Amino acid sequence: MPDAYVLGGNRIPFARSHGTYAQVGNREMLTAALDGLAARYGLARREIGEVAAGAVLKHSRDFNLTREAVLGSALAPTTPAYDVQQACATGMEAVWGLSNKIRLGQLSSAIAGGADTASDAPIVVSEGLRRRLLELARARTLGQRLAAAAKIRPGDLKPQAPSTEEPRTGLSMGEHQAVTTAAWGIERTAQDELALASHHRLAAAYERGFFDDLVTGFRGLSRDGNLRPGSTLEKLGSLQPVFGRSLQEEATMTAGNSTPLTDGAATVLLGSREWAAEQGLTPLARVVDAEAAAVDFVSGEEGLLMAPVYAVSRLLRRLDLGFADIDSFEIHEAFAATVLCALAAWESEEFCRERLGRSEPLGTVDRSKLNVNGSSLAAGHPFAATGGRIVATLAKQLHEDSARTGRPQRGLISVCAAGGLGVAMVLEADASTA
Amino acid sequence: MTDSYSRLINTPLGKRAAKALGLPHPVPLRRYEPGVEDLPGREVLVLGGEGADPLAARLLSQGRSVHRHPEPRTAYAAVIADFSAAAEPGDLQETALALGHALKGMAAHGRIVVLGRPASPQDAPGTAAARAGVVGLMRSVAHEVRRGATCNALLLEDGVEPGSDDAAAPLRFLLSTRSAYVNGQPLTVRPGGAATDPDRPLAGKTAVVTGAARGIGAAIVRRLSADGARVLLVDVPAAGEALTNVANEVGGVALQLDITAEDAGRRIAEAASARLGPIDVLVHNAGITRDKLLANMDEARWASVIAVNVSSQLAMNRQLLDSGALGPAPRFVSLASTSGIAGNRGQSNYAASKAGIIGMVAAEAERFARAGGTVNAVAPGFIETEMTRAMPAVTREVARRLNSLQQGGVPDDVAQAVGFLASDAAAGISGQTLRVCGQSMVGA
Repeated sequence: MPDAYVLGGNRIPFARSHGTYAQVGNREMLTAALDGLAARYGLARREIGEVAAGAVLKHSRDFNLTREAVLGSALAPTTPAYDVQQACATGMEAVWGLSNKIRLGQLSSAIAGGADTASDAPIVVSEGLRRRLLELARARTLGQRLAAAAKIRPGDLKPQAPSTEEPRTGLSMGEHQAVTTAAWGIERTAQDELALASHHRLAAAYERGFFDDLVTGFRGLSRDGNLRPGSTLEKLGSLQPVFGRSLQEEATMTAGNSTPLTDGAATVLLGSREWAAEQGLTPLARVVDAEAAAVDFVSGEEGLLMAPVYAVSRLLRRLDLGFADIDSFEIHEAFAATVLCALAAWESEEFCRERLGRSEPLGTVDRSKLNVNGSSLAAGHPFAATGGRIVATLAKQLHEDSARTGRPQRGLISVCAAGGLGVAMVLEADASTA
Repeated sequence: MTDSYSRLINTPLGKRAAKALGLPHPVPLRRYEPGVEDLPGREVLVLGGEGADPLAARLLSQGRSVHRHPEPRTAYAAVIADFSAAAEPGDLQETALALGHALKGMAAHGRIVVLGRPASPQDAPGTAAARAGVVGLMRSVAHEVRRGATCNALLLEDGVEPGSDDAAAPLRFLLSTRSAYVNGQPLTVRPGGAATDPDRPLAGKTAVVTGAARGIGAAIVRRLSADGARVLLVDVPAAGEALTNVANEVGGVALQLDITAEDAGRRIAEAASARLGPIDVLVHNAGITRDKLLANMDEARWASVIAVNVSSQLAMNRQLLDSGALGPAPRFVSLASTSGIAGNRGQSNYAASKAGIIGMVAAEAERFARAGGTVNAVAPGFIETEMTRAMPAVTREVARRLNSLQQGGVPDDVAQAVGFLASDAAAGISGQTLRVCGQSMVGA
């Protein structure tokens, strides 16, 4: 079976919603990310095996978002494409699915990605108005049309903006996390420290040119708009909590240790070793395996964003690996507390025994190996774009580390998603890719 | 033709007004287009003694209608005047006066190329005087010709004969539409020039262009690509979006890189080797201005201009020459500036950096020769770009007219000169700075 490799990536800088990209839609952002990838790897007018990408907040007119983005890009118009959607794990799912097609020999090259914008989110008419309008469309006579139109009530005209509320609980993601945060007793300071590290590490990575071949400027932005290199614990500590204020426990989650709504797009170039060699491209890391999990958050049995804790455990078990075998961890920072809850769960003997079926805890994640180039708290989190950002960033880091140490490097990715979903993935840079 | 004065002056009324008032009368230049004849006619005049006979024969074999003496009522598309045998100033007279005779009927957009020898301190004083005199003659003719015609000189080193392949390759450039905005300039020619495909002179070459996202850099990318090269485009991450668009337009590869990074040369070598192959051509185009009168100059302005415009090139050249990533005949071309030749008020830092480039290429020629290659500079004069569009209107209008062609150049004029120096036709040219300025009065 051929292996699938991450060959590179490109994203546009992420921007806070209603900021730099306020007038830009998903299609334009995804096209820009594809164009930057094409330029970096000399793929203009070249046919790629398949492109898979998606968006979480998506207009109905973007039913074929990825194909339309490909058609608007520098890639050959004969490049097939399809849309994927798995909430915040969309990018992960795209990478995973395409890698499997490469491993099956069905594709030799592929591009995975995602885009999201809360600035250009679809606003939907009310359910009442929608039904009346459809009725109106079905009406054949003037009388029927008038009758249908007459049924429209002023209240029907109120538009519905999208929200991050879970459809089954009515709670926002932040409120869900606040419950989990409190249950695990995660302190405010620990969350602020994690957020601070994210900003400082992302800023340092930009400073050393790490993102020169991962990010292409867009609309005048050349670094992530949410990045605050000068942030301090004092500044983060001065922010008022925004989630969990109705809980009995002290509210700890602020705008500083939670990701803001963000606009952006990211892509990852995947391929077989043979295809990479033909193109003169260096394989950065092999896509080893991935695992999805879901939790029952509706009943309250498990926290909404705890699914990747399970996915990681199952994936490592299948690969017969422990934390000691992992050189680099990428845990998506939906909230600082999401990461800290996962770390606490993996350290808990009780949780690992009862929930993960492990006789021993998975153990402690070495913080010096965690999100070493910053993560979503600093970069921002345009839902479907985050997977692509993480995969490309980790693959490059593993490749660099492998070249520097002369040893294979293994990386673990954990991404939580709405609906109680989570995806974990293992990438590996071996000496042969260095 | 991009400026409004030129559009006005080329209307029937404008022409009459210009003549009556003695105003400048720029004509739209005849520029390169694929498949279009390089000369505006067949009639070619070759002046000079027996030494020019092989050249006349060569031109005849190319299908030109070749004359050896000026004839009345003949519009010459090109005149080549060979002074290479001149040993005393008195030897110039006969050919000079014959050239003068021919000028009266010169075709619009015609080309005059004067052949001479470079004067050197080792020459007999009389010979040196004659040789230096040829350049003065050539520059004056360049001032005198009108209607888009140009006059330039090839100074043939000992061993390079007027009719040889060595001379023919650069001669072809000066006779062609590719040199439309080159006027009044001498080029010294050593052996080595090779014939190239006139429409794809860089076929199969791998080229690197820095500062590739915009302006003259983007024009150079488009030129090298149209002439057959595969291009690695380099620019700072902040210019990434524009860089992407140019790269995808030509099917090139984009590399976001700050050229002042310590390992810039190594990273360029790596990217080119992996994706495109050994580097045949490198164009150091990236440059910045931070203008301020020297009395008000601060450290940041001074240091950044020197670092980007010249120190980075020295470092990259060193790394690339040592990298093993270069092809068998590497040709490097740096962008200088007429500011580097004449100086410019408010540009002491910029002029120092650009004059530095002129010194650098002269001093590096020998090292590049050992690597089988060449290194040269191109010094643009007033070029119509976003940068010059931002100049105050009156300053811009004056700068635009202060040259023999009475107009600004276009970015492709600079790119054409770069393309020529990047091609094997220029294998005999190294260590030199070619001005692309329409014979600007500045620093002439």
